[in-house]
Amino acid sequence: MPNVIIDKDRCKGCELCVHACPQKVLEMSKDLNVKGYFYSKPVHPHKCIGCTMCAMMCPDTAIKVEVYGTRYRYFAY
Amino acid sequence: MAKKLMKGAEAIGEAAIRAGCRHYFGYPITPQSEIAEYLSRRMPEVGGVFLQAESEVAASNMLFGAAATGTRVMTSSSSPGISLMAEAFSYMVGAEVPAVVVNAMRGGPGLGGILPSQSDYFQATKANGHGDVHFIVLAPASLQESVEHVMMAFPLAEKYRNPVMIVADGLVVQMMESVDFDIVETTDPPDVEDWAATGTKGRRERNLVKSLFLDPLGLEEHNRKLRRKYDEMEENEVRYEEVLIEDDTKLVAVAYGTTSRVVRSVVEELRGEGYPVGLFRPITLYPFAYDRLREISKRDSVKGFMSIEMSTGQMIYDVRLAVQDLKPVGFFGRQGGIIPTPDDVRKAMLQELEKLGG
Amino acid sequence: MVTIFTRPDSMFDTPTHYCPGCTHGVAHRLVAEVIDELGIKDKTVGVAPVGCAVLIYNYMNTDFVEGSHGRAPASATGIKRSRPDLVVYTYQGDGDLASIGAAEIVHAANRGEKITVVFINNAIYGMTGGQMAPTTLPGQKTTTSPKGRDVNHIGYPIRMAELLATLKTPGYIVRSSLHDPYHIAMAKKAIKQAFIYQLEGKAFSMVELLSTCPTNWGMTPYQATQWLKENMLQYYPLGVFKTPEDE
Repeated sequence: MPNVIIDKDRCKGCELCVHACPQKVLEMSKDLNVKGYFYSKPVHPHKCIGCTMCAMMCPDTAIKVEVYGTRYRYFAY
Repeated sequence: MAKKLMKGAEAIGEAAIRAGCRHYFGYPITPQSEIAEYLSRRMPEVGGVFLQAESEVAASNMLFGAAATGTRVMTSSSSPGISLMAEAFSYMVGAEVPAVVVNAMRGGPGLGGILPSQSDYFQATKANGHGDVHFIVLAPASLQESVEHVMMAFPLAEKYRNPVMIVADGLVVQMMESVDFDIVETTDPPDVEDWAATGTKGRRERNLVKSLFLDPLGLEEHNRKLRRKYDEMEENEVRYEEVLIEDDTKLVAVAYGTTSRVVRSVVEELRGEGYPVGLFRPITLYPFAYDRLREISKRDSVKGFMSIEMSTGQMIYDVRLAVQDLKPVGFFGRQGGIIPTPDDVRKAMLQELEKLGG
Repeated sequence: MVTIFTRPDSMFDTPTHYCPGCTHGVAHRLVAEVIDELGIKDKTVGVAPVGCAVLIYNYMNTDFVEGSHGRAPASATGIKRSRPDLVVYTYQGDGDLASIGAAEIVHAANRGEKITVVFINNAIYGMTGGQMAPTTLPGQKTTTSPKGRDVNHIGYPIRMAELLATLKTPGYIVRSSLHDPYHIAMAKKAIKQAFIYQLEGKAFSMVELLSTCPTNWGMTPYQATQWLKENMLQYYPLGVFKTPEDE
């Protein structure tokens, strides 16, 4: 089972990860982080398939993806 | 090794190799293309790298790149080319990397001419690049001295982690004289692991060779650090030669490089005839021998100075700075690539002497 | 538990100064991931450009030299020629590489310098505030082309990858894009191959990366990726333009 961890204070709120996620796991927060941005957060973590596309798209290396159990590889990266 | 008759450009190239320089980046320009030609033959023989760049701009930035790895590296050019290199020169001073640059000065401004000149004095001593920038500037008057300057320029550059420039005018580079390479001791390059970009090799913090300091306080600190280095240069590296400056000397001619050779012969001749004249020859143009000239100017016997240059008067500003209003400073110069003849200089010096009251 | 995606070792954890959604961050990470995967962190020297990415050395944990504007390929030449054992790459924007440094990139490629060039093409000058670049698209509005780039006045945008691919000297010239995860994966593959060619001592390599500049384009980061897809891909086709194996 995959787990998306977002370092909310690194996030600049660009929303690229939200658009990149094929499972609509992520949404923007309603509150601000220390930088003053609305940050991205996994609101439907159970939908995550561990494709890492959100992390690939993130310009700020704010996203870490972990997997418990079987890891599926969807494409070469 | 015995003395060897060589052309200036080749002697300068060979001196660099003797000094342990194995990398040369350059771009052809008259009157110093023979340095590049010589090194294009010699570098491969000693396992070194000769690379002809696409422009002086690129050559000087290659110099910067190689210098950033702590490698002994040299480039050479002539006045218009040196102007193009000024960009990288400034970055090199800012990033504190050592390198050696030879400028075979030719007449300017613009394309000017291709004959010997000393009209890059301001540029070499005061404006090798934007920002608070100084190079140590050596001005050889003979081929033997050119060889010595090239060979000592590398350790000097490494000592201060700052470029060193040798301003040899077009004549020095083009003429032939006998040279002896064994006079100067060669040194091993210093350890550069604490600053150079050589790959971290997993055993230390990474190194950063840069000149950008966005924080004004950081930049001010950096400027002050560079200033301290210039102060140290001014303290330790001033070199000059005095010829026939004696207790009775009334007129002191100040000249460097090729011009100083003409003036020297005139001064010796005039002395033989009983005229109280002497020659002061700055060997380092930066740092300039202000203190020594000032001392000389305080002598009662000394009535005046005379700057003799192949320009319309550039070093004269430094002579005036040294002498200030203690004694008058006259000038004689030829321009356009014309080397003053002994007759020219003799006439000018006698005139000056007369102005000072015989 | 396995971590399948995290910040590469070759990057410091310093947050970048880039605007939200700027793909510089992605390009930095791709280079760092490749350096990690090839195990070359200890012998890599980067050359920083002038432009937004001048501060790349604050984020990459390798030795770095900061070049002057456009001259990074010349400085990289000096580094590589004096220390052929090092892996040398430049990271340059379009103003740096395609405008002021056009001579240096062409000749470094033509000499076949064994260096890798990462070329960020975002069709605009970022650092100085959104002026027209040599890569600005026809009709694209910038602060110095307020009515849109007029090709009769200033010519057409330069396609650097195509231009360099015409050189006879062997090289590896690729154009990729950073506008979506699929293309980012392709870009990483290209960057890795570029470094491999350098490690093998085979050829000069350049990877052009189509990138976004949401701030100066006046768009949201996501709109910018879509604008890139709809406009830049037409003018700047992706692909491998040349490999050292080509005749």
